[in-house]
Amino acid sequence: MHPALLGLVTIIIGVGACIGYFYFSNLFLDKVLFPGKGPNAGRNINRANQVRPWLFLAPAAFALGLYLGYPVIETLRLSLTDRSQDGAFVGFANYQQMLAEPKFWEAMRNNLLWLIVVPAASTAFGLLAAQLTDRIAWGNVAKSLVFMPMAISFVGASVIFKLIYDTRPEDKAQIGLLNAIWVQFEGGAMSVLFLQVLPIAIVVIFAALVAYAGYIIFRPALAGGSGISVLAARTASAALALYLIWLSLGSILGIATAELPYGEPKAWLTVPFFNNFFLMVVLIWIQTGFAMVILSAALRGIPEDTIEAAIIDGANPLQIFFKIKVPQIIPTITVVWTTITLVVLKVFDIVFAMTNGQWQTQVLANYMFDKLFRANDWGVGSASAIVIMILVSPILAWNVWNARKEMS
Amino acid sequence: MQSIAGSKSSLTWAVHISVVVMVVLWLIPTVGLFVSSFRTADQISTSGWWASLFPAEQNVVARAADPDEHRVADGSTFIVSGNLFDGEDKTISAWGTSSRAIDTYVAGDIADLGDGETITVQANGDYEWRGNDEQIAGRGQRVFATVTAPPEFTFANYDKMLFDESNVEGMAKAFFNTLTVTIPATIIPIVIAAFAAYALAWMDFPGRALLIACVVGLLVVPLQLALIPLLKLHLGIGIGKGYLGIWLAHTGFGLPLAIYLLRNYMVGLPRDIIENAKVDSATDFQIFVKIILPLSFPALASFAIFQFLWTWNDLLVAKVFLIDATGQTTVMTNQITDLLGTRGGNWEILATAAFISIAVPLAVFFAMQRYLVRGILAGSVK
Repeated sequence: MHPALLGLVTIIIGVGACIGYFYFSNLFLDKVLFPGKGPNAGRNINRANQVRPWLFLAPAAFALGLYLGYPVIETLRLSLTDRSQDGAFVGFANYQQMLAEPKFWEAMRNNLLWLIVVPAASTAFGLLAAQLTDRIAWGNVAKSLVFMPMAISFVGASVIFKLIYDTRPEDKAQIGLLNAIWVQFEGGAMSVLFLQVLPIAIVVIFAALVAYAGYIIFRPALAGGSGISVLAARTASAALALYLIWLSLGSILGIATAELPYGEPKAWLTVPFFNNFFLMVVLIWIQTGFAMVILSAALRGIPEDTIEAAIIDGANPLQIFFKIKVPQIIPTITVVWTTITLVVLKVFDIVFAMTNGQWQTQVLANYMFDKLFRANDWGVGSASAIVIMILVSPILAWNVWNARKEMS
Repeated sequence: MQSIAGSKSSLTWAVHISVVVMVVLWLIPTVGLFVSSFRTADQISTSGWWASLFPAEQNVVARAADPDEHRVADGSTFIVSGNLFDGEDKTISAWGTSSRAIDTYVAGDIADLGDGETITVQANGDYEWRGNDEQIAGRGQRVFATVTAPPEFTFANYDKMLFDESNVEGMAKAFFNTLTVTIPATIIPIVIAAFAAYALAWMDFPGRALLIACVVGLLVVPLQLALIPLLKLHLGIGIGKGYLGIWLAHTGFGLPLAIYLLRNYMVGLPRDIIENAKVDSATDFQIFVKIILPLSFPALASFAIFQFLWTWNDLLVAKVFLIDATGQTTVMTNQITDLLGTRGGNWEILATAAFISIAVPLAVFFAMQRYLVRGILAGSVK
């Protein structure tokens, strides 16, 4: 049968079966099992109403349990067994094997970079776009154009950006936008300004922000008086901040002393470490629109009188933005940040399509895919899936906690 | 007051300019791909796509028509005349008759080729070559010209990738496969989720809060965890790799968001309507079908767009649950990644393939943006 026809038939059967199920099970409940007439009419109606929610929920609960609940347990079990030994229990051997692999640590390091850079940059650009487009006449048009990449698949976006990063031999015309711009620089004062001073300034600002955030988090620990787990979390965050600052200082030194090969086209995706950022640009490009839409709604929700009061007190536009508006939308910023973090943790298509983890661009999701379907190693693959799950679980707990708080 | 007003307007200008810069930065990547898909392989490899938007200056070599066939006698001299570009719309700015001096003359000049032999070339490419019987013989006179050609685009790439039956890399089949995956995978979860959302929003039963918390938790469970166990399950119960498997998988993965979005929307519907209907002895099933579903249309549309974009753009789920070794059921995203591997430098193929797969989501996006925005605002866990 032609697949399109098969699809049509499936829609009709699937949807028909769903609706039929709901209709007839309700009918059965009301007419046969607990008929709403006769001697026990009242009791029967009550009983039927107790059963009915489960009729409505059953298909969804079944699908959720089978397609999301069961796999969590099963993956955990698989990560503790070895497929080549007929599924024998091997304890933590898979995890040990994984932790001994340099490729895994490369993926962890890259994922850490992704987790910091992509949500931060997308949220910042989104906030900027939301604020700028809010009060101009053609703001809605601008917004929908920035928002547009949301509709583009990761694979499509990868092709788009591969064209930008394309490299041709030195004597040919460069057809990649980045190389076309890059070969314009020839080592003069402007080149130093744009390619060394400006990047260093950006990294310095980043390091300063990290240092400040680390200080804010670690400061209460100096005063003492908190539990051991809180203290451990604070110390871990501070250590992470120090590591990031160390990385930043290293790259500042690298940028300052680099002998840039001016005029020579580069194969951008093969430059270790920096190629990660070229991949991240793709996701930032996609996610900025998402951040913008949510933050723009939040900015509009800020009570006008707080802003008017600030204007009367003589605040300038920057002060209004950073001291009045941003503090009021911090909860929304957190939501945007965590949502993008979730996307980043699962990012697979971009790395798969652009570099497939070569040239030190591996990330966890692609590492897992590699293990599962190329190396056919279900044990290590499941173990890395569990690592992703563990990284997601704080956000999961936080979301559930928030949802419960909201309902009660 | 003057200074305040002045600074205000300059600030407004700064805002306008920054927005323009941002929009241009965000558009350029897509535009580059779009423009490239309308250029020939030759054009793409010789100049950047941005160059094709403007009239391009290029050096060309052309030859006058064959004298033995086309020369016309004019007394003792012979004349060959015609157009160097066969009427193509090109404009000559400078020309020459030797490869070492290609810009000796401007349009309209008469070049002296020695012994009374002359050739003259007009801006539009019309030429007139004169000389005696010996000179106007053999091969046609060569002309080196610097010309300005208007932008040139072609639909040939789309023709080849979509309508050429013999092209094994064509996208037509993958397009249909993607459609076959997408539509059931969008509709089925909506039906299932709508009933569950109604139960979670408007029916009272023990454990409701716990179930809602479960749904919120499942929203963020990475589908990576589901790949191996479910593939094992599908192979075990005989579904194998195929459409049925991917429909079920997409249904399962889409359900948490569907239930979450729809429940949040249904909870906000006015209680009176539902209670009035109950007083009029409507059953829950009737209330749901006749009242709740029509009222929930905006939320249903939001989720439908989400799920459509997600299933259309998906690569991972299709690779695991659908595409088998024969490759008959490949979807567009998968075909593009294959092309990236085998046709890495053939941008006319890649750009066209990518744009074919992007076009439908873009159309949906621009047509239903309102619902998408509403869905995003409702769907982000507060």
